[in-house]
Amino acid sequence: MSAIPASILTDPVARPSRGKVGMASLIMMESCFFATFVVAYLFYIGKSATGPQPRDVLDLGPVIVNSIALFASSYTAIRSFRALAAGAIRAFEGWLLLTILLGGYFIVGTGLEWYGLITQHGLTITTNLFGTTFYSLVGFHAFHVIVGLVCLTGILVLSLRGHVKPRDAGRVELVGWYWHFVDAVWVVVFTVVYLVGRDGGTLTP
Amino acid sequence: MTSLPATPHRLGERRPWTAVVHEWATTVDHKRLGIMYVVTGMIFLVVAGLEGSAMRAQLTFAENKLISPEVFNQLFTMHGTTMVFLMGMPVLLGMANFLVPLQIGARDMAFPRLNAFGFWLFLLGSILLYFSYLGAPGLDGAAAAPDVGWFAYAPLTERPFSRGNSTDYWILGIMVGGFGSMTTAINLIATTLCMRCPGMTLMRMPLLTWMMLVVAILILTAIPVLTAAQVMLLFDRSLGAHFFDTQNGGDAVFWQHLFWFFGHPEVYILILPGFGFISEVIPVFSRKVIFGYPLMVAATVAIMFISLGVWAHHMFVVGLGPFLNSLFAATTFLVSIPTGIKVFNWLATLWGGHIRFTASMMFALGFLAMFVLGGLTGIMLAVVPFDWQLSDTYFVVGHFHYVLIGGLLNAIFAGLFFWFPKATGRLLSETLGKWSFWLLQIGFTLTFGPMHISGILGMPRRIAYYEPDRGWEIWNQISSFGVIFQILAVALFAWNVITSLRSGRRAGNDPWDAWTLEWATTSPPPEHNFDTIPVVGSRRPLWDSKHPEDPDSSYGA
Amino acid sequence: MVGVCAVSHLMLLATVSIDNLEVCTPGVSPTSIFHPAGPAATHLNDVIWLVVGVTAAIGVVVLTLLGVAIVKGRRPAGLSPGAEPTQVFGSNQVELAWTVVPTVIVFLLTLVTVRVIRDVDLTEMPDGALRVQVIGHQWWWEYRYPELGIVTANELVVPVGRKIWLELESADVSHSWWVPRLAGKRDVIPNYQTNTWFQADATGTYLGQCAEYCGTAHAGMLLRVDAIDAAAFEAWSTAQRSTAADPSSAVAMRGRAVFESLACASCHTVSGVSDGLFGPDLSHVASRATLGSGAIDFSEDNVRRWIDNPQAIKPGCNMPSLGLTPDELTAVVAYLMGLR
Repeated sequence: MSAIPASILTDPVARPSRGKVGMASLIMMESCFFATFVVAYLFYIGKSATGPQPRDVLDLGPVIVNSIALFASSYTAIRSFRALAAGAIRAFEGWLLLTILLGGYFIVGTGLEWYGLITQHGLTITTNLFGTTFYSLVGFHAFHVIVGLVCLTGILVLSLRGHVKPRDAGRVELVGWYWHFVDAVWVVVFTVVYLVGRDGGTLTP
Repeated sequence: MTSLPATPHRLGERRPWTAVVHEWATTVDHKRLGIMYVVTGMIFLVVAGLEGSAMRAQLTFAENKLISPEVFNQLFTMHGTTMVFLMGMPVLLGMANFLVPLQIGARDMAFPRLNAFGFWLFLLGSILLYFSYLGAPGLDGAAAAPDVGWFAYAPLTERPFSRGNSTDYWILGIMVGGFGSMTTAINLIATTLCMRCPGMTLMRMPLLTWMMLVVAILILTAIPVLTAAQVMLLFDRSLGAHFFDTQNGGDAVFWQHLFWFFGHPEVYILILPGFGFISEVIPVFSRKVIFGYPLMVAATVAIMFISLGVWAHHMFVVGLGPFLNSLFAATTFLVSIPTGIKVFNWLATLWGGHIRFTASMMFALGFLAMFVLGGLTGIMLAVVPFDWQLSDTYFVVGHFHYVLIGGLLNAIFAGLFFWFPKATGRLLSETLGKWSFWLLQIGFTLTFGPMHISGILGMPRRIAYYEPDRGWEIWNQISSFGVIFQILAVALFAWNVITSLRSGRRAGNDPWDAWTLEWATTSPPPEHNFDTIPVVGSRRPLWDSKHPEDPDSSYGA
Repeated sequence: MVGVCAVSHLMLLATVSIDNLEVCTPGVSPTSIFHPAGPAATHLNDVIWLVVGVTAAIGVVVLTLLGVAIVKGRRPAGLSPGAEPTQVFGSNQVELAWTVVPTVIVFLLTLVTVRVIRDVDLTEMPDGALRVQVIGHQWWWEYRYPELGIVTANELVVPVGRKIWLELESADVSHSWWVPRLAGKRDVIPNYQTNTWFQADATGTYLGQCAEYCGTAHAGMLLRVDAIDAAAFEAWSTAQRSTAADPSSAVAMRGRAVFESLACASCHTVSGVSDGLFGPDLSHVASRATLGSGAIDFSEDNVRRWIDNPQAIKPGCNMPSLGLTPDELTAVVAYLMGLR
């Protein structure tokens, strides 16, 4: 090379970090995926020919506690990444552990809710359209929480072995983006399933 | 990354074949992955083309018994699915893979290993789809390959109507390949946004790169919706869910909405890269800068947004009601405005140029003519009353083959003739190329032109045989006759590639006297693309260096 | 070279014009959309010609421009090798023009479209129309006339000159009801009722076929509408309302016994004899012109062939070969031939 002259650089090109762009793209793609299941849920509200209907079986109490745990985990995650950026590895690990515990609590709570729905109310994915859309949407969200937990746990293990340094804060934060995204999805899922869909379920007798 | 060869491997060099296979199988080089995508895609072009030819053979005579309805239904399902997902997507993503980093002066994609992962996912998906011929019959001897059509309308895809596993292979093959496409899209976005060389602002990026960026965004918007719909269908089929199970309240039209919300942007995912090739080829062989670059970019972005809001024009015969029908007709008409702008800008680029009629340029001109015709029949189909008559007929088949074969395939050939020397270091034969060109245009016109007429005469698509009294036979015979020319053209192209690889003329760095960065490096480029990262001051860095007295940068371009 | 290029474009253009010329000739095909036989199809036909005209005009303009650009774009002889044409980066006025002009054309087309949609896409049954329920099955059509108490299959008999209101439903997968000379197509979707209407302006037989891929025998799911005058329709509907004829001979009597004792009765209805729902109602099957949803003409020979081996005539259809003995076959055919 090269025939290219070092032409006048008229403006410095802003180049964002590829990690951030990649993660943002992944989140955009996931959003479209979840949006489809949300639309399916909304579309089929009140269209189940047979029971049980959402209002009969969905218990708001435990779900609200679960949700608080998940939302709190977003906060602890932020604290944890800030601690890492500041070089406070022990604080980072502590907040990260708390994040994982809160996320784990959410998953256990979801599991218990499903156990109750299946054993007490006989609601499975085959029962009716409510079961079909409910387990798909909530299940995919839970699956994403689990993926997030695996990532966070991996970071924690690496950190305990001394492999995570403050200079990794940028990369660790990308996992944080994913975690916040999973939280944000829950805001939508909670609204659609437990607020909108619960009362809409009475449209059919 | 393990040991990479110090010098770039040149095609035709003698080495143990295991070493070659190992090198290609483990590569994370965007250029090699791109070539593998394109080669795989062209193989599937032949496969799907043969499937199409078999259908044309069956339809040559009314009430023909050459191919049974069961096999015919598999043929059109596999033909459509293969052409869209296993031919169109890999060829275009492969070209994007090869060209985008070179055009923006980068040394590789943003995530090279993810890039390789995407290719192998695509390959796995395509193998899954074709494995259905062996695996799908299962124990009950049900249909072998998928036979539900490429848009797989529910509830025909539900268990009661589609026994065995063929539909599951369709779902899994496309889904796995879709994940591959999505990882590549993420990679393309990150590459274009983060890896540009100094001076390469967004508005200095070559139009091909721009269009690939838009395509990547569309992929990330549309394909997840298809994936989600396929997951729902898979849940229906394997877990007993009821998303599209009409016997338990599921909704068949909901599948159509989801499928076409993916399906229409998919059309633009396929055609926009074609626009990109044309936007590179026409200026170089007209010896003129692209006319109205900013408007071309704006039109591309406009197409991206509009294409997300037109899906229900595939559903005018569903009975959505006058309001929705009118609304989607209006949005569909809208999309013709930015598309028209592009066509006019290409014409203006040609206008007053010094045209060099290379094979690549001829394919590009063929694209323009064919695409205009396909676009006009598209406008006809957007007129809802017209669509009520001609939806799901051979008129539609003719329309989209003008767009995707006469349009896109011409564009792909234009691109292949243009960049083949960059990828291999050797030029394709121009004489053979021009023969391929004329044979293809004759074949396209003979095959897909008469389809408009058989559609107007009432011939629905996807029928395995037809009644002799309908007046369709002669048009079908012309269509079938045209296939011969297309086969010859593709065979000639394959021969051209093989002979040129061995003994084609050496290309040198810049055989076309072109202006974008890929022509600033060697052919083929070294593993790392550029010895020194280029610095650009305009949209046509090589024009600037060849015409220092009159650089583009002095026009702010 | 350039000349050949131009010829090719003329050739491409020709395909559009062939579209226009050939099919104007009536009678070229019984299913041509350019040969409408009732108001629903005529409305569509008018706008179709308008649109074909507009798009053809655009096509001529654009392709001419392309041809001229190619012809004029030949590199002038005697130019020095490095000489390049004037570089034109764009022109706001010109680009504005070809943004605005298409926008105006498209706006007008939208108005025309919306107007025809309003005229043709009825959402309620028009006054005085005859209501018919169309039920799509894999791979045949069931027709019910709720006001007249008639159930029949595959051949829709209607009075000429009267609006027919179709309520479309499916028993299994999606189909599409399309008789091009009478109306545009309308999908027939399970668990989702759609409607359409038509009116035949002249007596006669109008053909079509299912236009949404619906599985193996999709190609054999033909449509047939017989428009007859009001008096004939009156007579026809009286005959259809009556109970199925009793066998009139000993052979036919035995045929009915075979029909009842074997699987026939579990799929087919013959009023007063059986009430199967999977296959077409056979109460008056001998009054029809075709068999197997239009697969073959109705005749004694064909009935025999059909019952003996339906798969040979309509591959993939849901009717099995029951393996009747020649004797049983003769008896059943005799019975069916009497069901007028």
